[in-house]
Amino acid sequence: MKLNKEVIRVGQLASDWEEAVKQCGQLLIENGNVEARYVSAMVETVHTLGPYIVIAPGVALPHARPEDGVLQQGISVYILRKPVSFSSDKEAIVFIGLAAQNKVMHLNLMKAVAEVIGDSEQLVQLKKARTVREVQQLFDKESG
Amino acid sequence: MKILAVCGMGFGSSMMLKMTVEQVLKELNQVADVETADFSTAASLPADLIVTNEEFAKQLDDGSKPVIAIENIADSQEVKEKLIVYVG
Repeated sequence: MKLNKEVIRVGQLASDWEEAVKQCGQLLIENGNVEARYVSAMVETVHTLGPYIVIAPGVALPHARPEDGVLQQGISVYILRKPVSFSSDKEAIVFIGLAAQNKVMHLNLMKAVAEVIGDSEQLVQLKKARTVREVQQLFDKESG
Repeated sequence: MKILAVCGMGFGSSMMLKMTVEQVLKELNQVADVETADFSTAASLPADLIVTNEEFAKQLDDGSKPVIAIENIADSQEVKEKLIVYVG
């Protein structure tokens, strides 16, 4: 899957998870993937359901529902310099913002994300990525 | 066998977990129905096994069926190690 450099940020600073989720969501807004209300829904989801968006050690997948304002499906990747905590035992340094329109299209996005975070070596590289190009290369794999 | 992959909305991480579980089943040469569900309805759905994250696992484990907590939902190795006890 090819990612625009506009939806990737590395070496970022955030004071807490909420700021990181908002910044990650802001990339989706600027790229035309979602309306502003989608990002509020992303934050609200964490408040309601807890830190379950931490889907792998150090990786958060903030998202909301299609009807919360998705315009075009896509992901954003927001990588922090230092992790922020969600709870006493959950923290994240990589935020992957997800905008999905329906379950079928969604699967392709999830597959691309799963290939990177399901591989311990690639996951380490993603967490340590210091350039946008490194992130693009990790996601730009054969499966597309 | 019916396996439920559970996350908060039944739409985000549960779909990734479903993909990982299906991949593992294939590797183990096993067949099972894998469905996604959101946390609020999961407890009332019929299933032989639930896979989910650590927080939801604690809350969904009512003793009626095995509930497996996964730390990295995309890690097929972790899912395989935890699932193999219950399938096959």
